[in-house]
Amino acid sequence: MILTSLDIDHAQFERATGWALKSQGACKGEICVPLLAKPEEVDANVISERLGMALVRDEKHGVWALGSETIGPSALSTAQASDFTLPDWRGGEFTLSSLRGQKVFLLAWASW
Amino acid sequence: MTIALDLAEAAREPIENAKPQHPALIDELHSVGGLFGIMNVPSGVWIDEDGIIVRPPETAWPGKSMWREIVKIPEQLPDDLDPFLRRSLEQSAKIKSNPQRYLAALKDWVAKGSASEHALTPEEVVARSHGRSTEHSEAAAHFELGQYLQKAGFDDDAVEHFKRAHELDENNWTYKRQAWQYVSPMLQDARAVYGTGWADEVERLGAENYYPPSDLN
Repeated sequence: MILTSLDIDHAQFERATGWALKSQGACKGEICVPLLAKPEEVDANVISERLGMALVRDEKHGVWALGSETIGPSALSTAQASDFTLPDWRGGEFTLSSLRGQKVFLLAWASW
Repeated sequence: MTIALDLAEAAREPIENAKPQHPALIDELHSVGGLFGIMNVPSGVWIDEDGIIVRPPETAWPGKSMWREIVKIPEQLPDDLDPFLRRSLEQSAKIKSNPQRYLAALKDWVAKGSASEHALTPEEVVARSHGRSTEHSEAAAHFELGQYLQKAGFDDDAVEHFKRAHELDENNWTYKRQAWQYVSPMLQDARAVYGTGWADEVERLGAENYYPPSDLN
């Protein structure tokens, strides 16, 4: 997730990572990780430390990126599918959870 | 649903040509790759009606094999073929997949749901997903910065982040191939910038490891 400041927009963070920032901590599926900080103090540094997301800064361009979570040894910390929102090919947005109630076959591909 | 791990301008034409009736999404930063642990394409993930993953990312040629049925590599390659292309095709021919078995399993799950022998338990799904270390997380961050800067026109700065991502997560082919594509579209002979390319890396890591083995491939 690309950041232009260390402030975290909760809705944007949830759309990109599937982690919802709640009073009890960062939650995804049945997992909640306490953030051990007051809500107003939760920034990219806190998120990085608590969820094991690498925070890498590009000094020249003044941007950061948060890497994927590392709260366990596996890429998937739960079988609950992370929700995400991405642009569709027509320019709209699509959220995975809008397909709840149907089976989903997710196929990742590329032109390269 | 399909998700293109690709720039929008590259993905749009193939999607338009396919006239999809399903959600066809574009993920320029490969963020879904990080969310699910996708290391190569094509990768499939099965998700049930409750949003529970029943098969984590694995090689998914649903019905057709790229190398044998789409590219149709000839048995005898022309003598005057570009050497890098020759090596690429020779390696491609060694890559194994079993698209018919995968498609049959997918249809079985669609029909039977959790009673399908191919539907895994949540514990199996987590255990079968790829490993994840702090290096992988750092690689994902560098890759996203690379894509962000590439799209913004800072090609040279992007390369440095791509190189770091490749060092940190050498088994992630999506990071490599996306970056090589900017140097050498399709052929992916990126030696001039990265000191390596598709044929080099497949030879080095082994064609048999290009797609991790799974019981459906």
